[in-house]
Amino acid sequence: MTDQLVITGVSKRFGGIVANESISLSVPQGSITGMIGPNGSGKTTLFNSIVGHHPVDGGSITFEGREITRLRVPQIARLGMIRTFQQTRIFGKMTCMQNMAISDADHGYGLMALLKPVSGETRDRSEALLEYCGLHSKRHLLAGDLSFGQQKLLEFAMALMIRPRMLLLDEPTAGINPTLINGLIERLIRVNQDLGITLFVIEHNMRVIMNMAENIHCLAYGKLLASGAPDDIRNDQRVIDAYLGGH
Amino acid sequence: MNGRGQIILGIVIVAAALAAPLVFPDFRAQIAMLWVMVLFALTWDILGGQTGYNTFGNILFFGTGMYAAAVFQRDGGFDYFPGLFIGMGLGALISVALATILGSMILRMRGHYFAIATLGLGIAAGEIASGWDYIGAGSGMSPPLFPGAPGVSYIFFGYLFFGLALITFLLLAWVYRTRFGLALNAIRDNEDKAEAMGLKTDTYKIAAWMLAALFLGLCGGAAGNMLGFIDPRDTAFAGATFGVWMVLMAILGGKGTLWGPVLGAFVFHVTQEILWTHLLGWQRVALGLIIVGIVVFFPQGILGWARTRWPKRFGHRVETS
Repeated sequence: MTDQLVITGVSKRFGGIVANESISLSVPQGSITGMIGPNGSGKTTLFNSIVGHHPVDGGSITFEGREITRLRVPQIARLGMIRTFQQTRIFGKMTCMQNMAISDADHGYGLMALLKPVSGETRDRSEALLEYCGLHSKRHLLAGDLSFGQQKLLEFAMALMIRPRMLLLDEPTAGINPTLINGLIERLIRVNQDLGITLFVIEHNMRVIMNMAENIHCLAYGKLLASGAPDDIRNDQRVIDAYLGGH
Repeated sequence: MNGRGQIILGIVIVAAALAAPLVFPDFRAQIAMLWVMVLFALTWDILGGQTGYNTFGNILFFGTGMYAAAVFQRDGGFDYFPGLFIGMGLGALISVALATILGSMILRMRGHYFAIATLGLGIAAGEIASGWDYIGAGSGMSPPLFPGAPGVSYIFFGYLFFGLALITFLLLAWVYRTRFGLALNAIRDNEDKAEAMGLKTDTYKIAAWMLAALFLGLCGGAAGNMLGFIDPRDTAFAGATFGVWMVLMAILGGKGTLWGPVLGAFVFHVTQEILWTHLLGWQRVALGLIIVGIVVFFPQGILGWARTRWPKRFGHRVETS
């Protein structure tokens, strides 16, 4: 497998706080790659650096062989790398269908391309994806009126609408009930297998990530502590000390 | 309201608007001014309501249009009507250019910072205009006199503003149905998310402001002629009156909706005229109380309130099919 995302020596400081210190890791094409680590270990900061949310203080990031270190959020998104947020972000005062329609990337992002009504094709695809995520009956409700778990599903459906090649998921199962978690995990795996979308997932739920991911990176105190297959990570003494705890 | 209801309501309003200046000759000036108010509210809502960027600076485009048209009419050497229309076009062009330049500078600011920056724009423009001799400085400008019997000018400008408001309304009705309209709403709801989804938010915001500037520029050019006198602070860059009213009318009717600003402009203008007639001397106090009342009791506006009250009437329902 070739590496789709390669991070080399990336550092990020906020004032005196070193959030990421010279982190190097890679995410293979078509894989499900996990990222774990204690709270405050710099996982979300690394995501933010990857997607261009803030400039990095050092190092380089390439996506599909292309240097993206200095690109900004929308540009990177248009390359096919989409992130979802830990605190779910949807367009609350718009209906689910509108949320989906504006996420469609097929028609481009230019002004002229946007000055067209939502196409029937977009509507069909929106309905199909909402159906897939179990939100079809709620498609005309305002997204802000959905429950938290449903908003997570909507955000996932919106990300799929873009036809991404890589999804960066920041704690996809946080704050949703166990039944919904199983459904979501199943869908994530199916999306990875059927559509070949690479998943790079931050997750605290060890049961979930150990079962899903093929390889896992563990951060602690802003540094990369260990990388490897789930079993290697589970038995790595440094990871146990810093994060998993001995039991 | 469904599509057919909207069309019927539209036809009724158009018919009433066409008949009004002939049926109520005493109110021609107020009727003409009503359409200016509708234009104010509609154009403010593009950025303020649909995009969620509160601006207090739109008055800049109104005043710019007013001055540009008057200067062209003074120096262009055309007859009244060609001079007026070319002047209006010129004013619109300059306004759009200003929106492009200023927008690319300050529309990168978010939320309150943008609002405060725009607050400065109107004030600065008023100060510049009242110190610039070429456009009459503090003593203002008088556009050329309307050729025709006294009183006819209000009929002409009344229909002109109505036409302009109608075009603006229909254009916005279309724009808000396109994906561009959805993109503006997405920026309003969560700009970070919109960026994360690949949307070119800065471009769309600037385009939205240019659209507002276009119609405010045209409106301003004609308004200067109708009012007959341009004062830098009291008519052109009247931030404390027109500048605040455009915000209020949009909020009152329901910002971020198509009909809200129109409704808000009607209610506000009529109320204001009634206050002026019956509470002379206290009209500003009454207006101030109404403003407070709007913000406290109708923060979502009339249509926003209706949408919360009867969500199903606005199509927000669970559908199992």
